[in-house]
Amino acid sequence: MTEPAISVTGVDRVFGKGRKQVVALTDVDLTVADGEFVALIGPSGCGKSTLLRLVADLDTATSGEIKVFGKGARQARLDQDYGIAFQQAGLLPWRTVAGNIELPLKIHGAAPALRKARVAELLELVGLTDFAKNHPDQLSGGMQQRVAIARALAESPRLLLMDEPFGALDEITRERMQNELVRICAETGAAVLFVTHSIPEAVFLSDRVVVMSPRPGRITGIVDVRADGLADHHDRTERARDQEGFFRAVAEVRALLHGGASTSSAGVEPAGVGVEER
Amino acid sequence: MAAVDTTVTRDTRARFPITEVRWSTVVAPLVLGALFLLSWELVVDRAEIEPFILPAPSAIWEQVTANTGNIVDGATVTGRNALIGMLAGAVLGVVGAAVAGSFRFVDQMAAPVVAALAVIPIVALAPVLYSMFGAAVNTGRIIVAGVSVAVPVYLNTLRGIRQVKAVHRELMTAYAAGPLQRIRSVTLPTATPYVFTGLRVASSLAVIAALIAEYFGGPIGGLGKSITSSAASSNYPLAWAYVFGSIVLGLLFYVVTLLVELWFSRHHQPA
Ligand SMILES: Nc1ncnc2c1ncn2[C@@H]1O[C@H](COP(=O)(O)OP(=O)(O)OP(=O)(O)O)[C@@H](O)[C@H]1O
Ligand SMILES: [Mg+2]
Repeated sequence: MTEPAISVTGVDRVFGKGRKQVVALTDVDLTVADGEFVALIGPSGCGKSTLLRLVADLDTATSGEIKVFGKGARQARLDQDYGIAFQQAGLLPWRTVAGNIELPLKIHGAAPALRKARVAELLELVGLTDFAKNHPDQLSGGMQQRVAIARALAESPRLLLMDEPFGALDEITRERMQNELVRICAETGAAVLFVTHSIPEAVFLSDRVVVMSPRPGRITGIVDVRADGLADHHDRTERARDQEGFFRAVAEVRALLHGGASTSSAGVEPAGVGVEER
Repeated sequence: MAAVDTTVTRDTRARFPITEVRWSTVVAPLVLGALFLLSWELVVDRAEIEPFILPAPSAIWEQVTANTGNIVDGATVTGRNALIGMLAGAVLGVVGAAVAGSFRFVDQMAAPVVAALAVIPIVALAPVLYSMFGAAVNTGRIIVAGVSVAVPVYLNTLRGIRQVKAVHRELMTAYAAGPLQRIRSVTLPTATPYVFTGLRVASSLAVIAALIAEYFGGPIGGLGKSITSSAASSNYPLAWAYVFGSIVLGLLFYVVTLLVELWFSRHHQPA
């Protein structure tokens, strides 16, 4: 039995002290299985980024436990068990596209020959082979984002953490990138925790969609997209966007976002159901 | 796979910003300069101003052409001091800023010292340095130039270091990068344009410092010494010719630094 990629138990995150206290997350439980694609969705300020940052060990939980592949979040970070992509591409403007993708490998002391081969592979994967020697300021937003994704994939992590990576893209580029991400995930078999504001994006990409609500940030429900009849996330094709199950899942997520499980119609699992344990 | 965006037609090659300078930006100041020289010549000629007050540009130019060799030699001596001082000061400023940027207490300790250095005219130290290192060597002048350069480079670099983006910082944390890797991969490259801004300011300071330091003593041969000795022997047009040489030297330092700055900053526009 493999360890889950992420296991979050009873996590709270409180910012500040006294009057100005902000409860960003309260009592969050979440498990992401190895190879599973889970999207986090919810209104602005509900703590999606905070949760992702806790998993990445860029921030520390006030209480509760976070395990990544059975290890503490800090150990997982030190062991480089995850790759990460932020909402801003966050490329280093003074490095070429190849240099940016190579960065994590270089920092971790990979041999030059190995780095070169890997970068070529990744460039091919994100379709930017012709732009290897360009600098980020010469690329479009979508291309920059693909470089960031290639960089996140550089060390073949078994877990990808992505915070609204397509947030700044137009609808057309966005759908294209989604298709590419599905393909990439199928090729790498990585588990993904994916923050987004877009319901269709969440449904199209994931196995499960985790719906959160603010003040205090918490999980209000989880929609298992596969239960609605969509294929496993890495077997998904563009056609999934037109399938009946897709619209059903979209409706379920929307119902959860507007008013929570109590008013939702049949087919929506309230929080806890569909989650491994409570 | 989906071949996306590979048919981009626009020219995506890096541009050296100097190639985009318009002609008018170059011509306008040249016209102004020519007008200035012309009126200078006319005023000196018509008002019959004595050469020891203000020689005419034509008289100065005569001396420049007659003494080109001496002026170039003087510029070489002064320029050498300024260059060595500038390089040493730049290294000192950058390394100092990198240390101050990494350790808060170093920054706090250094701040008042740097503020003091920034207001002291460093050349005032020249006589003291001559007695320290001996008046026969250029060491004192190099130190004066170096300190003059180190201060603006330090201040600008430190400001640049503070511009590191949160995303880049978090990326380095996510990669579990060590402190030196952080500095090398993110901090210094972010600060680079600021370092060069500092250097551009410092380049003229280096020449000025090296030149003025010569007024206070030390070995002969530099432009500063030549200016004072020509003036002392009442050869005013020649003194002005050496001043002309100093202006050219200062401009040379400035322009070279500016070109290096443009080259290094060509990819620093926010992506
Ligand atoms: N460093 C911080 N200090 C204080 N409060 C913070 C900090 N980071 C986040 N918060 C607060 O925590 C809450 C959740 O923030 P978070 O960034 O996780 O929201 P989000 O769901 O990612 O929102 P968005 O969709 O707009 O990105 C917000 O109320 C925010 O003000
Ligand atoms: Mg966020």
